[in-house]
Amino acid sequence: MIGGNALRRPPISPAVVVLGGLIVLGVVVAMIRYVSGLGAISNLNDNYGWGLWITFDLLCGVALAAGAFVTASMVYLFGGERYRPLLRPAILTGFLGYLLVILALLVDLGRPERIWYLIIFWNHHSVMFEVGWCVMLYTAVLALEFSPMVFERFGMEAPRRLIHALIIPLAIAGATLSTLHQSSLGSLYVILPDQLDKIWHTPLLPLMFWLTAVAVGPAMVILESTISSRVFRRGLELDLLGGLAKVIPFVLAAYIAVKIGDLAGSGELSLLTEWNLESGLWWLEIMGFVLLPMVLFSLPAVRQSSVGLLFSALLVISGVILSRFAVSLIAIGRPEFAASYVPHPLEFAVTIGMIAAGVAAFGLVARYLPLFTEQVAGSAAE
Amino acid sequence: MAKVAILFDAFRCTGCRGCQVACKQWNDLPGEATRNTGSYQNPPRVSADTWLLMEFREVENGDGLKWAFRRQACMHCVHPACVSACPVGALYKIDEGPVLYHGDRCIGCRYCMLACPFEIPTFQWDQGLFEGPEIKKCTFCIDRLSAGMEPACVHTCPSRALMYGDRDELIAVAEARIREHPERYADRVYGKDEAGGTSLLYISPVSFEELGMPQLGSAPIQEDTEDIMTKATPAVLVGMLVGLGGLYWVVKRRQEMMGKNGGSGRSGDREASS
Repeated sequence: MIGGNALRRPPISPAVVVLGGLIVLGVVVAMIRYVSGLGAISNLNDNYGWGLWITFDLLCGVALAAGAFVTASMVYLFGGERYRPLLRPAILTGFLGYLLVILALLVDLGRPERIWYLIIFWNHHSVMFEVGWCVMLYTAVLALEFSPMVFERFGMEAPRRLIHALIIPLAIAGATLSTLHQSSLGSLYVILPDQLDKIWHTPLLPLMFWLTAVAVGPAMVILESTISSRVFRRGLELDLLGGLAKVIPFVLAAYIAVKIGDLAGSGELSLLTEWNLESGLWWLEIMGFVLLPMVLFSLPAVRQSSVGLLFSALLVISGVILSRFAVSLIAIGRPEFAASYVPHPLEFAVTIGMIAAGVAAFGLVARYLPLFTEQVAGSAAE
Repeated sequence: MAKVAILFDAFRCTGCRGCQVACKQWNDLPGEATRNTGSYQNPPRVSADTWLLMEFREVENGDGLKWAFRRQACMHCVHPACVSACPVGALYKIDEGPVLYHGDRCIGCRYCMLACPFEIPTFQWDQGLFEGPEIKKCTFCIDRLSAGMEPACVHTCPSRALMYGDRDELIAVAEARIREHPERYADRVYGKDEAGGTSLLYISPVSFEELGMPQLGSAPIQEDTEDIMTKATPAVLVGMLVGLGGLYWVVKRRQEMMGKNGGSGRSGDREASS
């Protein structure tokens, strides 16, 4: 079956042309950046040292890669063996997500050729130190978790068995590193006690980033399964996705409790009654993208419907993206005389090129590696 | 070792910008294309080519407006957030007080720019991979200090609005000036306690809000992140490893017990094999 897929000549479809064009555009823009500097292709400036790439490619990218560790933990650690059919695509999505994060960093860093300095020069007080190490180590874990697909495809029995023997320690390391990494991205902004708006700044940012990542993990699995079931014309594992979605309301409830408890604890709840951009974003996130999907996902009717699952998952995903933009870009106060920042079209070109590369890589893996093997085996048995 | 500092007296400052020019001259910094801010302030903010900038602020004076001048440059914090934030130790603080930068360690992540409450570190946006962009900011004229000279800005200041010396002594000088002429100064030495103290000390004829200084507490900016890094992170790391390992063991045991008691048993390892 897999052999048959591999032998089929890949068609030059419009999708391939579009994805290829976007990837080439992104690469060309990156080349301009390497020759002429970040200022040549971006609107980043001394007031906005971090922009679209950090907020979207890095913060959102890492959060949206959370499906891998959540699913792996369910399957390997929490006894959720039945979710195994969802695991390989989730691992792949996470692995590609992390590779794209590294690519984005290689564009955004001023001295990308020195990224490995993180290994030799240590400042363990810096949150960025933790972020860097988590990216390196967790990408390695994801690569190992992904590797059996390659080993199986090429019939490499010995390494496949080695990974199989190590899979539980790998799952534990993956969940631990993910927890540290997701939370540390929130910790990055704890160092802005005076500039980040009071509604959004809290020492609990790491906990909030972690909780939203855990909630968005299953949501991303739902999104990715829905899309791949359409594209690759395979069945949708509706009962499994519905089961996985059951954890989302609990996590979102915990998130709301932490959000409100934090403001109540610091006596800042009254800030929510003042109408401004920051409080508006807070209400929009909580009402539209946390409370609403929390209710939806707790309804069995929604969990049993593919449309209901997809819609609610998109709400959770949008909420996470909104919260990352709020914390890292919108709610940070800038001084008088500060330049403004609207991402340059070429910044979008880099980001879109990377997403295209991720989609293309997913398609290639789905075509040439045993990505849905378990699913295929399951349906064959029926 | 005594801690060095600079006292900036905004009452004495005439806004001549000699300090700004002296800084450019000593450090060989080029002029830059700029945009009009509507006053003599130029460029709008510090940049990779302008490490010291005099801000011209119009302040309400009862029956009109008057100028207030603010020095915008590295404050050389006693507990610098940029140093705490730098993942590779490219930014560092020496015992004497100045906050310095190793260009050959920097990876260009620009977290220092985010962490600094004064928004001082700047980046060379026009430098590509071959030039190797760096973070730029005031060096406290460390090259002059080590030759026994005072910083270029202090040396050039005609109205002695800038004074270089021992930090404790300068705090005493600042407090004495406020005491002798309470009608001239707001009753506060900015930088004595702000964000854990800075090596730049400001006294001002207008309030520091009007002067445009950020209103900071007396705790170092990085207090919470350092707690997260040194306390919470190791605890989470160990807790997760032990907790998840234990959980796996418990879940597995329970499944094995259920398999024995129920008699049905699990269908064995369903790891896919093609």
